[in-house]
Amino acid sequence: MTASVLALDWGNYWQQSIFRVLGAAIFVILGAGTFVIAFLFKMMSYMQSRLGPMEAGPHGTLQLVAEVGKWLQKEDLVPDRADAKLFKLAPYIVLASTFLLAVVMPFGPDAYFVNVDTGIFLALGLSSISVLGILVAGWASANKYSLIGGLRAAGQLIAYELPMVLAVVGVVIQAGTLNLQGIVAAQHEGDIFGWGGIGNPFILTQLVGFVVFMVATQAELAQTPFDMPVAESEIVTGYMTEYSGMRFLLFFIGEFATAAVFAALASTLFLGGWAVPFVDLDENAMNVVGPIVLLVKMMIVGTLIFWARFTFPRFREDQLQSFAWKALIPISLVNILATMVLKVAF
Amino acid sequence: MTLLTDAQQLAFANAQAADGRVNVELETDDGMTLNMGPQHPATHGTLRLIARLDGEQVVSADVACGYMHRGYEKLCEVRSYPQVTTLVNRIDWLGSFANEVPFILAAEQLMEIEAPDRAKWIRTILFEMSRLANISLFIGDLALQLGAQTPAFLAFRDREFVLNQIESVTGGRFHPNFDRIGGLKDDLPKGWLADTKAAMVRIREFCDLMDDLVYGNEIFQMRMRGIGIVPAQTALSYGLSGANLRGSGVDWDLRRDANIGLAYDQVDWKVWTHPDGDCFSRSWVRLQEVREATKIIDQLCDSLPGGAIMAKVPRIIKVPEGEAYIATENPLGEMGYYVVSKGDTGPFRVKIRTASFNNISIVPWLLKGVYVPDIIAILGSLYFILGDIDR
Amino acid sequence: MPRPTPKLPLKGLFVGLKATMGIFLKTMFPKRGIKTLLPAPTIGAVTVQYPHKSPPEMPAPRARGVIALKSENCTVCMLCARSCPDWCIYIEGHKTKAPPRRPGGKERTVSALDRFDIDYALCMYCGICVEVCPFEALFWSPEFEYSEPRLADLLHDEARLNEWMETVPEFEPYEAGSTAKVKKVPR
Repeated sequence: MTASVLALDWGNYWQQSIFRVLGAAIFVILGAGTFVIAFLFKMMSYMQSRLGPMEAGPHGTLQLVAEVGKWLQKEDLVPDRADAKLFKLAPYIVLASTFLLAVVMPFGPDAYFVNVDTGIFLALGLSSISVLGILVAGWASANKYSLIGGLRAAGQLIAYELPMVLAVVGVVIQAGTLNLQGIVAAQHEGDIFGWGGIGNPFILTQLVGFVVFMVATQAELAQTPFDMPVAESEIVTGYMTEYSGMRFLLFFIGEFATAAVFAALASTLFLGGWAVPFVDLDENAMNVVGPIVLLVKMMIVGTLIFWARFTFPRFREDQLQSFAWKALIPISLVNILATMVLKVAF
Repeated sequence: MTLLTDAQQLAFANAQAADGRVNVELETDDGMTLNMGPQHPATHGTLRLIARLDGEQVVSADVACGYMHRGYEKLCEVRSYPQVTTLVNRIDWLGSFANEVPFILAAEQLMEIEAPDRAKWIRTILFEMSRLANISLFIGDLALQLGAQTPAFLAFRDREFVLNQIESVTGGRFHPNFDRIGGLKDDLPKGWLADTKAAMVRIREFCDLMDDLVYGNEIFQMRMRGIGIVPAQTALSYGLSGANLRGSGVDWDLRRDANIGLAYDQVDWKVWTHPDGDCFSRSWVRLQEVREATKIIDQLCDSLPGGAIMAKVPRIIKVPEGEAYIATENPLGEMGYYVVSKGDTGPFRVKIRTASFNNISIVPWLLKGVYVPDIIAILGSLYFILGDIDR
Repeated sequence: MPRPTPKLPLKGLFVGLKATMGIFLKTMFPKRGIKTLLPAPTIGAVTVQYPHKSPPEMPAPRARGVIALKSENCTVCMLCARSCPDWCIYIEGHKTKAPPRRPGGKERTVSALDRFDIDYALCMYCGICVEVCPFEALFWSPEFEYSEPRLADLLHDEARLNEWMETVPEFEPYEAGSTAKVKKVPR
C-alpha cells in the first residue's frame, strides 16, 4: 500500500501483512454475514410470505451471533471410519480459496490488498481450489451420501469453470488487461462505440458474457438450480452430511463468503467495481466511498444469485453437465468471437 | 426366550434372517448399496429404500416399510364405533376427514340407514376439502424435494384457508372427527358457506401460482417428463389407484363409478386423465383435481338442501351382524374398509385397504435403471403417506 | 388439456422469477396509496409474531381447545369415562341421601362427585366425552394456552375444569336451511 492512503503509516512488510490478513478476514466474514442476513434470512423469508428470524436482535439482525454461538458449542464429532486428518482439513481448504480470492479484490483506487498484474487469471485459478476441499470432504467422511455429493461436486465445478473463464475472456479482450484495477479503469474511462457518457460498463457491452458468468457462478457456488452436490432432499447435505459444530460453521460461512466474493468479482468485472460513472472524487475520498459502492453492487448481484436460488428446482446431474458443455461453452465461444470482431472493427 | 412356544421361536429366527438379508454391508461387488433409511428428508416419513447403485444409476431397489405400524386393525377390534372414527382420522393425516367416510358408510350399510341429504352434501364438501388440504401440500412438497424451496411455504400458506374452514365447522384442523353413523355431528355455523366460497377463490389463485412457479418451469418439466413411465396395464396389475392410475390414462374414479352415500351425482364435474404415465402427468392430474374440487365445493355450497343433519339413530349404536366393504376415492387413491360386525357396539374386525400400500408396490419395478435424483422425483410423484402405508 | 409447452425454452423460468419477486414485493411493501414505498414486512407477511401478538382471528368458537366441566350438572353416570378412547378421565363419586322433596316423602339418593380429573397429557381431543354426556356437564372451549413445564401439571382437577367454564363461548347460530336448534350453555 502506498503511504498516501489516508495519510497513515502502514509500517514495514510484516506489519502490512498483518493488516492485510485482518482486512481480508473482516471482508470475508462481514461479507458472509451481510449476505446471510440479507438474503438467506430476510429475502428468502419475504419471498415465502413470512418474516424469518425475529427474536434475536431487532428484526432478527443478531440471529447470526446466536447461530455462531450455537454451532460453536456443539460436540466435535468425527465419524469412526472417517479419515480423521483429511476430515478435519477439508473445511479449511474451502475457506482458504475464499480468503485468497478476497485478497485480490480492489476496493478503491488505493484500497486493495495486493495488486497483481494477472489479477483475474489468479482469481479464477484460486477459485478452483475449493473443488479439492469438497472432494476431500466427500471422500473422508466415510458416508455414501457424502461420497455421492463429493463426486457430483467435482464433476459440476470442473464443468462450469470453463464457461466462467470464457465469459471473462470477453471482458479481458475489451479491457485489454488482466489486472483488476485496470478492468475497473477501463470501465470507468472507456466508451461505448465512441460515446463516453457513462464509461463502458461491461454489463452493457458484454451482456451475453454477463449472463454466462452469472450462470457459471451459480454453479460454482453450488446454488439451486445447480445444487446437486448439496441436494438436500436426496443426499441429506451431500459432502457436508457428517460435519457438525464448528466445522459445519466453516462450510456454511465458506458458502456465503464465496457468494459474497464472487458477487464482488462480478461487480468488478461487469458493473464497474468501485467506480461510479460521473463521480471523480479525490483519491482519498474515493478510498472511503469505493468500498461502499462495491458493497451496493455486491448486493445487486447477490439479489440476482439468490433470487434464482429460491425460485427454481434443481437440475439432474446429467442435465447439468449437458447444459454446461452443450449450451454454455458454445455460447461463450461465440461471445468471444463477436467481441474480437467488434473490438477490432471499432 | 425359553418360555416362547416353538412357533414363536421359529418366527423370531425367520424375522432375524429376513432382517439380515435386507441389511447389506458397505462393500458389495456389483455397485454400492445406498440405504435411504427411515430417517431421510425425502421419503414422506419413515420409509426405507434400499437401492443398489452402479455409479448414479439404480440397479435394483427394495422397499422396507413398517416403521410406523401402529396396529390399527387390532386397535379397532377393541373400540366402539365412535372411538374407531376418532382413531382412523390418523391414518392419512393430511386428508383426515376422508378416512372417516368409507368406515361410516360401511357401518351405515350394515345398519341399513341412509344419512339425510343435507348431511350427504356437507359430507361431500368436507371430503373434497380434505382432498384440497392433502394435495396442496403434495404439490408444495414435490417442488421442495426437487429443490425449489418457495412453493412449499406457499402451499402451507394457502392451505390454511381450507384448514380454517374445516376448523370452524368441526373444531379440529387436522383431526375433524365429525362423521357419525347416520349423518354428521353438528350443522354448519352461520356464514360458513360464504367463507368457504372465498377460500375456494384463494385456492384457485394458489393453483395458478403453482402453474407459474412449478408446472410451467422448464427445469421442473425436465426433471419430471419421461421419468418413471407406468403403462396403463402395469398400473392396473400393480393395483395403483387414484391419480397414479389416472396419470397413466386409465379413466377410473370411484366418485363417479361407485358413488355411495355422497353427493357426486348431483354435481357437474369431470375426471381428469393424462395419457403419458410419467411423473409429470401424475402430478399434473393432481393439480387439476384440486381445481375440480374447488368447482365441486362451489356447486355443493350453492345447492345445499335444508333439513336435519342426522338420521334417527339410537343413542347407543349397536350395528347388526354382517359384513360390508365400502371403498371411496380418497385423496391418495382408493381407500376401503371391510367391516365385520357381530352385533356389538364395536366392530368385530376391520380390514383397512389403503391406497399408499398398493401404490408403493410398484416402486421396485419402477426404480430399475433410473438415476438417484429420479428416485426422488418418482417417489414424490407416486405420493404416499406413511401412516397410510403402515397403518 | 395440458398446458402447452412454452415456445421459448426460457419463458417458464422468467414467469417463475416474476412470481417470487411479486410475493417478495407484496410482503415488503404491503401498504397502498402514498405510503406504498414504506417497507412494512410485519404487516405484509402472513405469519403472526405469536406470542408477542395474537392472530386476528383467534381459534374458531368450535375449536377443541380444552374441556370444561359444570359440576352441578354432573350425576356421576361415568358415561364419559367409559367412552374415552384413552381412558383419561378419572371419576370418583359416592351416593348420599338428600332430603325428600316434600315432607313425608322418601329420601332421595343423590350422587356426589368426589373427583373428576382429565389428564390432558393423554387426551386426544376427540370430543366423545362431550358428545355422550346426557346431562350437559361437559363443554368445549377454544382456550389452548395451558402448556405446563411439568407433565403432571397437565392433569386438571375438578376446580380447574370448572374454571374453564368461563371461557366456553355461546353456541353459534346455524347456517340458513338448518333445522337444528341452537343449545344454550348453562352458566
